[in-house]
Amino acid sequence: MYELKFDPDLCLACDSNACLVKCQHMDIDQETARTEILKLCDGESSFVLQDCVTCYACEEYCPNGNHPFYLIVQKQEEFNLLPLPDPLVKSGIQVGIPFRGEPEIQEITGTALNMGVFSQLASRVEGRLFENLTIMSGDSRKMFHYFCQLMYLHYGKTSVINERLDKIIQTIAAHKVKEVVHFHDECFGTYTSYAPAFGIEVPFKSIHLFEYLYNKLLELRDDIKPLGYKVAYQRPCSSRLSPDKHPFVAKIFDLIGVEAADREYVDENAMCCGATILGQKKEGSRKYCAEIQKKNIDDMKKAGAQICVFNCPACMQTLGMPVSKQGIMPLFLSDLCRLAIGENAA
Amino acid sequence: MSSIYQALVKIVGADYASDRKEELFTYSKDLGTSEPLWPEYVVAPKTTEELQEIVRLANEKKVAIVPLGGGMTLAGLALPQQGGITIDLKRMDRIIEVNEQSRYMVVEAGISHGKITSYLHKHHPNLMHSEPGAPPAATVGGNLAIHGQGDLAHPYGFNSDMVNGLEVVLPTGEIARFGSCAVGSGWFTMHPLPDIGLFLGWNGTTGIITKVSMKLYPNKKIRENNLFVVEKEEFVPDVLFEISHLGMAEDLIATSSEIPPMMNRLHYVSIMISGDSEEEMEFKRHLTFDVQLSKYIRSGVGGIASVSQERSRPQVSKSSDWKKGGGFEYVGAIVPVTSYPECYRRGAEISGRHDIPYTVLGRVIGSCHSMMFSWSYAFNRADDLTVKHARDALHETDELVMEINGTIWKPAIFGQKLMMDRMDPGALRLMKEVKKLLDPNGIMNPGNWEVI
Repeated sequence: MYELKFDPDLCLACDSNACLVKCQHMDIDQETARTEILKLCDGESSFVLQDCVTCYACEEYCPNGNHPFYLIVQKQEEFNLLPLPDPLVKSGIQVGIPFRGEPEIQEITGTALNMGVFSQLASRVEGRLFENLTIMSGDSRKMFHYFCQLMYLHYGKTSVINERLDKIIQTIAAHKVKEVVHFHDECFGTYTSYAPAFGIEVPFKSIHLFEYLYNKLLELRDDIKPLGYKVAYQRPCSSRLSPDKHPFVAKIFDLIGVEAADREYVDENAMCCGATILGQKKEGSRKYCAEIQKKNIDDMKKAGAQICVFNCPACMQTLGMPVSKQGIMPLFLSDLCRLAIGENAA
Repeated sequence: MSSIYQALVKIVGADYASDRKEELFTYSKDLGTSEPLWPEYVVAPKTTEELQEIVRLANEKKVAIVPLGGGMTLAGLALPQQGGITIDLKRMDRIIEVNEQSRYMVVEAGISHGKITSYLHKHHPNLMHSEPGAPPAATVGGNLAIHGQGDLAHPYGFNSDMVNGLEVVLPTGEIARFGSCAVGSGWFTMHPLPDIGLFLGWNGTTGIITKVSMKLYPNKKIRENNLFVVEKEEFVPDVLFEISHLGMAEDLIATSSEIPPMMNRLHYVSIMISGDSEEEMEFKRHLTFDVQLSKYIRSGVGGIASVSQERSRPQVSKSSDWKKGGGFEYVGAIVPVTSYPECYRRGAEISGRHDIPYTVLGRVIGSCHSMMFSWSYAFNRADDLTVKHARDALHETDELVMEINGTIWKPAIFGQKLMMDRMDPGALRLMKEVKKLLDPNGIMNPGNWEVI
């Protein structure tokens, strides 16, 4: 079975312990942070395992690229301290079971666009921005064959990811594809962060959607009409696995002529959408989820955001309606880009 | 051309009476597993007077009549067991009165629930009625004839408990009215006149309901569905009991199904709440999850699957797609809420024996006073073997309902016989006498509730 490449010596030598000190959901001083992370390194339990809301952010905070979040999740499973109640874990694990036949595998020449488990959003990837891509996982009946499985980090279940991921990679590879743009950056994080961290081989190159969109917009630069909106970006948890791609949001905003709302919960301090916190078994989770959602949306309002853009469909499902009730239009970033080149949003 | 056909044309006009095979074909079918049964005529009256004339004609000629609403029962209850005339009531669909302050509306019984929802949404957005978990084409009269329930069953009971008054065409063609309307006092209450109760739940075998006064209820501005999930079926009755203690849910349904996999061997409790402000909604969420259900969450045996989702209709009909061919039929039973675990386990066993992915649902009626529990069986319409499996599973389930001391809801004729076989002799005798008194020629939907 795959093993996490984690180097305890890096934590021993770390002088910031930023992974836990910077955590938005636990109030931990540096001394405690050091003690607790070293406990985990030594295979001991820690209160961190119970209090972690699984927001992924410590993956980004770690200055050493040492995967503290993957370690926490792995230890949650080892010590049977799963963040969610048992029925939600069971339900979540079963979500990923394909049940409507095998996918039709056709060879794809050129770059593919992997919709993962969001086949229903195929209407979001139409128009000139996507015209040269071949869609993979466009059939909602078969989409679970393309499910990257990373969601199980929220369930404290790296074992499920490690058990299933190989088969998913084989399915994608069977299309003989060399380059894959991933619609959801959780898929991108799976193949570029999680898989290498666990020594899982990925035989195709992954391209982040935002990097792809930026380059495509450069090609279509002459057709861009600056939109002039003030926009908030709901940064998803999985973006913490690819912080090097996050700057493309600002670059896209510049290109399409929108202003990034000046927010408190932005970039490294972005706030989780709360979807995973809602059902956690820790006392008060539902209320805490409601609180952070309110803080997040109030922050968007205060900054004068007219539009809130999303990458993650789960964030959109969680926050789309609440932001729209506050007069802020929810849009996928890809749709905002389409507006900028004179196309209609899906 | 037969004299009956000519007489029907004379009553309703040539456009609304037919004896042509291509039109009778539609009326020979039911969406469930029933074999086709053909009427000889179909007629669609527009007014009560036309309907009276049709019934008089049938009574005089001793021809069977089958009243038909939306044709959605799946149990073949509006299929003509003895041929005769199928009376399609869907043209009798007027809204006669809406009394906003007294919260009731008077309608012709052929009106569809979809039309009522749409009308209230447009003209009286602060009022709602209880919509059954059926396609919007289901009619008010049809639903009352089978004692249907809807999405306000938890606070207010069966749809037939929400009736303020009735007008009925009797098998002789005469009209009778019940409730306050019977004494000319308007349509605002069914009480306190002597109980007659001869038409609700009778499958149209004692008369044809033509007008109904339905109770309406406050329609709040915000409505959302919240899902709570447990793995052990034994927990479901208590979860429902805890939620019903609050008296805040509009609708309370527990479901489990083999497909999609996320629902397999898990039990999702759908809690519909509504409110006029976000404060009211949060107050209700707080009491539901942080107080009543917190013991389940803390101990890790129950969890909040989602909150604040848009209302969606029960997904049972989707189970028709679990096999190719798009067919499904279900047995519904009215059982105590405490029977949920056994109903689920035994239903899953029956499904397994017939190679059908199990799908079960229990909707709370009243404050956990009872539950409508349904077992759905999918089949491929083009594959006789799967139809047979579904039919056998339905019959086994009817027998199961009897075994666990439930009552079959809208039973097909097989289930009606099972119920009557064990019915209290006094009640059975009275049913027979009532039927004989009202319908001496036995013309009303024969075969249904027929006491031998």
